[in-house]
Amino acid sequence: MPKRSIRYWWRELADRAATALAVLAVVLVLLPLGAVFTYLVMKGIGSLNWAFLTQTPKPVGESGGGMANAIVGSGIILAIASAIGVPLGIGSGIYLAEYGRGRFGDVLRFTADVLNGVPSIVVGIVVYGLVVVTQKHFSAFAGGIALGIMMIPTISRATEEVLLMVPNNIREAALGLGISRWRSTLSITLRTAYSGVITGVMLAFARVAGETAPLLFTAFGNQFWSLKPNQPTAALPLQIFVYAISPFDEWHRLAWAGALVLIALIMIAVTAVRVVAARGMLKGTA
Amino acid sequence: MKLGPIPAPRTPTQPDLRVEKRIPLIREEPNRFADRGFEFLMLACGLSLLVIVGLTIYELVDKSHLSLQQFGWRFFTGSNWDPVAGDFGALPFIYGTVVSSLVALVIAVPLAVGTAVFTTEMCPKPLRGPISFLTELLAAIPSVVYGLWAIFVLAPLLRNYVEPFLAKYFGWTGLFSGPPFGIGMLAAGVILAVMIVPIISSITREVLVAVPQTQREAALALGATRWEMIRIAVLRNARAGILGAIILGLGRALGETMTVTMVIGNRPEIAKSLFAPGYTMASVIANEFTEATGDLYLSALVHIALGLFLVTIIVNALAQLLIWTVTRGAPSRANA
Repeated sequence: MPKRSIRYWWRELADRAATALAVLAVVLVLLPLGAVFTYLVMKGIGSLNWAFLTQTPKPVGESGGGMANAIVGSGIILAIASAIGVPLGIGSGIYLAEYGRGRFGDVLRFTADVLNGVPSIVVGIVVYGLVVVTQKHFSAFAGGIALGIMMIPTISRATEEVLLMVPNNIREAALGLGISRWRSTLSITLRTAYSGVITGVMLAFARVAGETAPLLFTAFGNQFWSLKPNQPTAALPLQIFVYAISPFDEWHRLAWAGALVLIALIMIAVTAVRVVAARGMLKGTA
Repeated sequence: MKLGPIPAPRTPTQPDLRVEKRIPLIREEPNRFADRGFEFLMLACGLSLLVIVGLTIYELVDKSHLSLQQFGWRFFTGSNWDPVAGDFGALPFIYGTVVSSLVALVIAVPLAVGTAVFTTEMCPKPLRGPISFLTELLAAIPSVVYGLWAIFVLAPLLRNYVEPFLAKYFGWTGLFSGPPFGIGMLAAGVILAVMIVPIISSITREVLVAVPQTQREAALALGATRWEMIRIAVLRNARAGILGAIILGLGRALGETMTVTMVIGNRPEIAKSLFAPGYTMASVIANEFTEATGDLYLSALVHIALGLFLVTIIVNALAQLLIWTVTRGAPSRANA
């Protein structure tokens, strides 16, 4: 038996202390998560009712009212954003994984990573200048473009990552059978990595679904129904923001309910797409 | 290793040459054309990234040229923000942005690195997935929801308990003095910390995983305790990447808009105390852009956006380079 010297005792103590501190860090990190969700459910569920989901906002002083127009507006904006962001993102991911070996690929990769960190408010200003000023009015369309731009880098890096996980023998087998390269990329490589690509898309979607800053000067918000993509459109995060910083208790309650609905909708959308995607496909590598 | 019965040697079958001749092994031109077209299309998608960056720079410079001409570099050192007099200086916003982000880093870095070390090095296997998942879930909460929570839960908590405590015991530093509002620089820093923990910890985790297993084994074989092994073999090897992760978190904190706007108090002042309200670059844009009257006012706001854009680009580029030095070349989990 080695003699337990002071030094040994000290080292063991340091080891224990480090472990304890790490556990403490985990607890402190997870604490706000629990707190946010608890408050959301506690405060949100009380104000959540049928009217909230079916009515438009009431003027100040009148109680009741809902965010139906904002929910639908968010849906429209996100649909436009996905129509722009998903194909461009997946396309550039395919380019990076299948063709982007050289220095140019590295430049694109770097651009995507850096673009990922650009503040969303800056994207809002750029789209304001490009779309809103040109069209001379705010619109769901402009909001969709802003969010779509934000989706591209995330989706492209995620797509690249999962495509690179597909074993090379699969590509070689396809090419060996005489299948052309584009066909093998689309129906074999991409198909194998399918679930990973969907995960990347959903992450990007969830991220932009809660974005408020780029919508301030693009979609702008609206107190009424606006179903045309060419008009100023309400969005759930915008509405929550306006209500949260207002001085009215009634609006604060609606803000909590809105936040609960926003998170619930994001989660429903993400799970729904994953369930649909997981059904009837091969279990790939991803 | 178990050996099965030895298979009988196979006699090589002769390939039927007549059949082979009839199958065309390479399809000709039309496919090559389609291949080229496909590659070009995908390239176009990739180029969209460069186009976005180009358009952003063009748009920001174009829309801020009034302010660029009138104030130039002086814009970032002037501390007077007076839309009525048409005098614009962005220093209070820069100060607010930097200080709130630094407060966030001071709180978030130990927590995030601690979490990452715990999940990669200490934690029992079955807990690893759930903890990573929950940390990642923090990143999925929209910033406006964080803001809402911060206004109604965090700010009162700070006002009633934390700030009086800090003022009593650390008031002498000058950082914690004045009336505890709840809303202010400290609240912004704390909520930003919560928001940047997931990104710092997930990238740190990635970097730690990239440290070769042999390094750990070598340290343990020399008789190191687990903590010594982590310190000597893991953290030291990964420090460039961890620094990258921290800088990436800084980039997020600098650009975060809505949450900060909701709790920082929105007053363009430079105060030493963290209890005092402040204002950040992103939140002044969010608050005043749609209400800006006059071209110079608007142009000054875009000027701030240009500054914010350039800073975040530099910060993010630096972070990516640091992260790449660690994770590149190391066997990634994908190929392992």
